[in-house]
Amino acid sequence: MKTEFRIQVDQALGKQDVRAHFRKAMDTLMTNRRNQFPDNAELQRLRDQAQVIRANALSKLPELLEQLEANLTQNGIHVHWAETTDEANDIVLKIMQKHNATWMIKGKSMVSEEMGLNHFLESKGIEALESDLGEFIIQLDGETPSHIIMPAIHKSKEQIAKLFNEKFPDIPYTEDVDTLTRTARDILREKFYNAPVGLSGVNFAVAETGTLCLVENEGNGRMSTTIPPVHIAVTGIEKVVEKFSDIPPLLSILPRSATGQPITTYFNMISSPRKQGEKDGPEEVHLVLLDNGRSRIYSDPELLATLRCIRCGACINHCPVYVRIGGHSYGTVYPGPIGTILEPQKSGLSVHGELVQASSLCGACGEVCPVRIPIPNIINRLRYEGVHQEESSVLDAGSKRKPMEAITWKAWSWAATHPSMYNLGSNLATQVRKLVPNHLGAWTSVRTAPAIADKTLHQQLKALGVDHE
Amino acid sequence: MSEARSHIFQRLRAVPRPEVDTTGRDYIPIYQWDKAERIKRFTERMQAVRAEVHHCDRSSWLSKVAELCRVKGLTNLLVSPTTEWGQALYQQAESLPSLTGYDQPIEAWKQEMFYGIDASLTSTLGGIAETGSLILWPNSDEPRMMSLVPPVHFAILDTEQLYTTFAEAVQAQDWLAQGMPTNALLISGPSKSADIAQVLAYGVHGPKELVVILV
Repeated sequence: MKTEFRIQVDQALGKQDVRAHFRKAMDTLMTNRRNQFPDNAELQRLRDQAQVIRANALSKLPELLEQLEANLTQNGIHVHWAETTDEANDIVLKIMQKHNATWMIKGKSMVSEEMGLNHFLESKGIEALESDLGEFIIQLDGETPSHIIMPAIHKSKEQIAKLFNEKFPDIPYTEDVDTLTRTARDILREKFYNAPVGLSGVNFAVAETGTLCLVENEGNGRMSTTIPPVHIAVTGIEKVVEKFSDIPPLLSILPRSATGQPITTYFNMISSPRKQGEKDGPEEVHLVLLDNGRSRIYSDPELLATLRCIRCGACINHCPVYVRIGGHSYGTVYPGPIGTILEPQKSGLSVHGELVQASSLCGACGEVCPVRIPIPNIINRLRYEGVHQEESSVLDAGSKRKPMEAITWKAWSWAATHPSMYNLGSNLATQVRKLVPNHLGAWTSVRTAPAIADKTLHQQLKALGVDHE
Repeated sequence: MSEARSHIFQRLRAVPRPEVDTTGRDYIPIYQWDKAERIKRFTERMQAVRAEVHHCDRSSWLSKVAELCRVKGLTNLLVSPTTEWGQALYQQAESLPSLTGYDQPIEAWKQEMFYGIDASLTSTLGGIAETGSLILWPNSDEPRMMSLVPPVHFAILDTEQLYTTFAEAVQAQDWLAQGMPTNALLISGPSKSADIAQVLAYGVHGPKELVVILV
């Protein structure tokens, strides 16, 4: 029986127009990134620097989280801790209830996607309105992001024009991108004006100063964190860095790796709520720090590298699998190579373990990663964890083990280490080679069946006069 | 302290942690740009994202602002009367559109800020040549919304405060000793998005136009 992932992949592969769209978009993103790093030596130095900054932060994670909490608290920002997404959702709900808020406006946040925050709040009668243009578009259509930094990348201009026309029938139909953008601006401006609560993510949290940093182009992140009287930021516990001087190198490599821009329009550094005498900004700022499996990933010295991620999406943009199947096929919050290693570790190999099979191990993701996460090695490691039975920190390790496969490999390894058995076996194979069927299940759906030679390698070499050993 | 917090810390503290060699962590200057080069780079970067950059000096900036206000057909300008630039503007008020100060908390005049203000003018703490960025530390004289809500934002940049990189600006201005403000910002152009079919569009939620006046 086909798994849900296989069914989604099959469907995605059948959509020629969407595939062409993704191909074009990813080609542009790859070119843009390449143009940002004309000097390879400089790129490699910057990657080393970014890797050291993130690895250093992780090596001191508990101390830095304590320091971050202390500094934020001193600055007047409320800090909350959540082990699970349910707990994080409850924290947000309680803040909403405390202010009798019936809706919120959201800047872009992948952690809020991870929490399923919009659905959760909806079930409590609270509306969460997305204000990032891409997120706004997919929310109108009841979809989830297909890319972590360009959520509506799967949609064409024509589809968006139709969607706007359907949802806002008073506004004349147009495919003009400037007009569509202006429409969204006008609709959302009024929402920013009235919103009782704004929610955002966090790109980097600085322990040394208690500063929350946000990277964005549109200004919706600034709007969501400046205009409503209450600001709630949500982030994973791994996003902390030690010093403020760690920020410029990360800010230099993040947008260049992500969309190939030298910098985003806005880099927003928030260190406190509105102070006495200040005339605007939220009176109350909250930070929700979410674990959701991160501390488990943290316990493994190899898998720990997963947490270095700064969510630039470069691995996604360069992935030959992602470009063909698109973001929704993964069935996860984070798609592409980073999703492939992160999601099975977060929710368990029995849930998303299949994703690690969907890789050609071409290595492109590891090569472009600004913090040098060895994604292909981690994919291999998770494949291993899926089928081995040893005690492991990985959730559902061994759940992908199939008894037949395990016995087959055991028999193979036994035969391969017993020469007489091996020779007997290979001789036998040459005798029965005509009996090998032409159709071998999935393998031969796109390949011809492998043919067994009429003589074993040993026999052929002997015939050529090659000496044994 | 919450139970979640202690569980998270228990798990993080339970495992051996690798020593990290931090060689290569610190900033190394890679450009040797003099002031003229910094101005050139800054201008190119800003113009590449459709910001206007005007090269003026302390005697000509005021008439340039007045001229731009006329050309853009602005009927009002939000500007603090207490900054160096604001004081000069208020003295020349007859040649400018009507000047408005941000003299009370936003709650008292939110409607006007959102729907009545054509443009704002703010000072900046400095600029960054490498990326074409303005540094702003909004305060009670020039609050956060001034550079965010009005459709046109004029920013005055003193070229003495134009640094090569962000790292150099942070060091030279000694941000750590000053203590981080409520909100610090880098602004590198007018608001933009490519979320619709990767077509670049300007003026999404923030200002549609950014006008930088170099003095």
